[in-house]
Amino acid sequence: VGEFLHRHKGLTPYLLLAPGMLWLTIFFLVPMGFLGYQSLESGLFPHFHFSWEFSNFTSALSGYHTQLIRSFVYAGIATVACLVLAYPLVYWIAFRSGPWRNLFLLIIVAPFFVTYLVRTLAWLNILADQGPVVRILRDIHVLGPDGRLLATTFAVVAGITYNFFPFMALPLYVSLEQIDPRLLEAAKDLYSSPTQAFRRVTLPLSMPGIVAGTLLTFIPAAGDFINAALLGTPNQAMIGNVIQAKFLESLDYPTAASLSFILMGTILIALLVYARIVGPEKLTG
Amino acid sequence: MNERMTRDQLLRRGAVGVTFLSVPGLLAACGGGGGSKSAGSSQVKKVMNFANWPYYIDTPATLKAAGIHKPTTLKEFEKQTGIKVNYYEEVNSNPEYFAKVQGRLSKGEGIDRDILVSTDNDRFLGDYISNKWAQKLDKSLIPNIKNLIPAQQHPPFDPNRDYSLPWASGMDGIGWNDKVTDPITSVKQLFEDPKLKGRVGVWNSMGDTLGLVMLENGDDPAKVTNASFNRAIARVQKAVNSGQIRKFYGNDYAPVLAKGDLAATMAWSGDIANLADPHVHWLVPTQGGIIWTDNMIIPLGGSVPTASTYMNFMYGPTISAQWALGANYISSVKDVKQAAVKLDPKAASNDLTFPSEKTLSQMHQNDPAMLRNPDYNKKWLAVQGQ
Repeated sequence: VGEFLHRHKGLTPYLLLAPGMLWLTIFFLVPMGFLGYQSLESGLFPHFHFSWEFSNFTSALSGYHTQLIRSFVYAGIATVACLVLAYPLVYWIAFRSGPWRNLFLLIIVAPFFVTYLVRTLAWLNILADQGPVVRILRDIHVLGPDGRLLATTFAVVAGITYNFFPFMALPLYVSLEQIDPRLLEAAKDLYSSPTQAFRRVTLPLSMPGIVAGTLLTFIPAAGDFINAALLGTPNQAMIGNVIQAKFLESLDYPTAASLSFILMGTILIALLVYARIVGPEKLTG
Repeated sequence: MNERMTRDQLLRRGAVGVTFLSVPGLLAACGGGGGSKSAGSSQVKKVMNFANWPYYIDTPATLKAAGIHKPTTLKEFEKQTGIKVNYYEEVNSNPEYFAKVQGRLSKGEGIDRDILVSTDNDRFLGDYISNKWAQKLDKSLIPNIKNLIPAQQHPPFDPNRDYSLPWASGMDGIGWNDKVTDPITSVKQLFEDPKLKGRVGVWNSMGDTLGLVMLENGDDPAKVTNASFNRAIARVQKAVNSGQIRKFYGNDYAPVLAKGDLAATMAWSGDIANLADPHVHWLVPTQGGIIWTDNMIIPLGGSVPTASTYMNFMYGPTISAQWALGANYISSVKDVKQAAVKLDPKAASNDLTFPSEKTLSQMHQNDPAMLRNPDYNKKWLAVQGQ
C-alpha cells in the first residue's frame, strides 16, 4: 500500500476524503433525496404516489407559518440568552479560574451525562405549579397567586436555552482561551481602558467562537421539539412538533417532508444573511 | 494556516453540518429497525408480552382497597399456566401507540408484543384490523368466549369477533383536584372558568374529547354532522387560544392532576379510583359522558396460542370479577356481577364497575363515521397545533 501511495501521490487527498464522503452520501444525500421525493408525493397513508405535488409546499407553508416563525423567534431568543449568559462565564473560566479551570468546564458539560429527554423532564418537576420554585416566586410576588412557569413561552425558551447552553459555551471558551494575555497587556500599555481593550482586542478575537456558538445553538434549536412538547402548551408548538406529528401521528409524510425542506431552506437563508453580516470568512474560516 | 484556525474551522463547519442531520434524519431513523418476523409460532410460549394502558389491572394495592385477599389475576395466570407475563403499561394514547408501532407493522414485522389494547372510539383499532396488522384469535383455545355479553358480540370493526375481544369498558368524565379547585361539573366550566386558566387538560384522542364537547353543545356525539363537528372544534380552539387548555394528554394526565399542576381535566372513570388519592375526584359531566370499550388484539409477530390462552383465562367470571373490582373498570363477561358479590358483598354498589341505570342513562357513544373521517382527523390535529 505504501508503495502504491508513493507512486500515486495525487490520490492521497481523495483517499483521505473517501470515508467522509461515503458517510455523507449514505447518511445525508440518499435520505435527502428520499425526503425530497416524498415531499412531492400525494395520496393517503399507506398509498402515496409520486406526482410532482408542489402544492405540498405552499399548503404546508400557509398552514404552519405560525409555528415556523415561532420556532425562529424562540431559537433566536434562546441563542442570544445563551450568548449573554455564557460569555461572562467562560471569560472568567478562561482568564481567572486558574487551576480550577477544568473542573468548571466539566460542570458546564456535566448535564450532558444525562440524556436530553430526562434533563428536560426534570424541569417538569422543578417548575411544577405546586413545586418549590413557583412557591417561592409567589411568596416574593414575582408571580401572582395564580402565576405559573410551566406551560408558558418562558418555560419553553428557558428549556431550549438550558439544553443548548454548552454548544454556546464550549466554542466560546476555545476562542477566549487562546487569546494571548500579552495582547491585553499591550493594549493597557498603549493607554486603552479595560472597556476599550475588551472591545478592540478580546471581542474581535473571540468572534470565531461567537459565530460557531451561535450557529451550534440556533440551528438545532430552530428544529427542536422536545422542549415545546414537554414544557409548553399547544400555543407554543414549534415547527419540529408539527413535523413530528405529521410523520408519526397523522402519517402525512408528504406534508412532513415538505415542512422539513422548508425548515432547512429557511435555516439556510438565515445562515446566508448571517454570513453576510458577520463576513463570510467568519463562517468558513 | 496554523492549528488553531483549523480547529475553529472544524467547529464552524460542524455546526453547519449538524443542522441538516437533525430533525428529518432523526425521524427517518425512527422508521427503520429490524426485528422478529411476523409469523407467530403455533405453540404456547413460556413468556407473554402484554401492552396495556396504565391503571388498568388489579394490583396488590387496589385489591387490598377492594377488600379482596387473593393474588392478582396476573399472578394467578402465571401460577395456573406457567406462562410468565411481561406487563408493559406503555399505551398512553391510541394515536401515540399507533404511531410507535405502525412503522414495523406496515413492513409486516412484529413488535415483540403478544397482546395490545386499543379503543373502539378511535380510528386506530379498525385500522389495525383492516390493515391486517392483527392476527386471528384461536377460538378453540377460548371456550370462555361463550361468556362474552351479547352487546359486545358484533361490533362494526370486527363483526364476528375474529380478531378482538373486549378488555374493559369505561366512561369519559371530568376529574378534579380538591386541593386546587372546587368541584368542576361541566365542560363549560372546564373551558371557561377563568380560575382554571392553564390548568385544564383534555385528551389527544378525538372521540373522547369532542364527544364530551358535543354533549355540552347539546349535539349528539353518535350522529355527527359537519355543523356539529365544527361547533365542537371551534369550542376547543377557543379554549386553546385563550390559554385555558394546558395540553392534550394521553393517559399521562393522571399524575399531573394528582400533583396539582392540572386543577381539572377530562378523565377516564377507573383511573381516578386507581390513583387512590383522596384529593382527586371523578364525575359524569352534567350534560352526560361517553362510554367506550378497549379491545385486546394480537399484533403481527405475537403468539396466537399464548395470547388466546390468556384471553380465555380473563373470560372466566370469577377472574373477570376480581379484575373489575381491582381495576375499577367495566367487564364484558356474563355473570360477573354475581361473581363479584361473592368476592365482596359491597361490590354491587361500585358505580365504576357496575354502573347504575342512572349512570348508564347519561352515557353516549361516538359516531364511528366521525372517527374515520380523514378531514375531521386533520382538523383535530390542527386544533392541537399540529
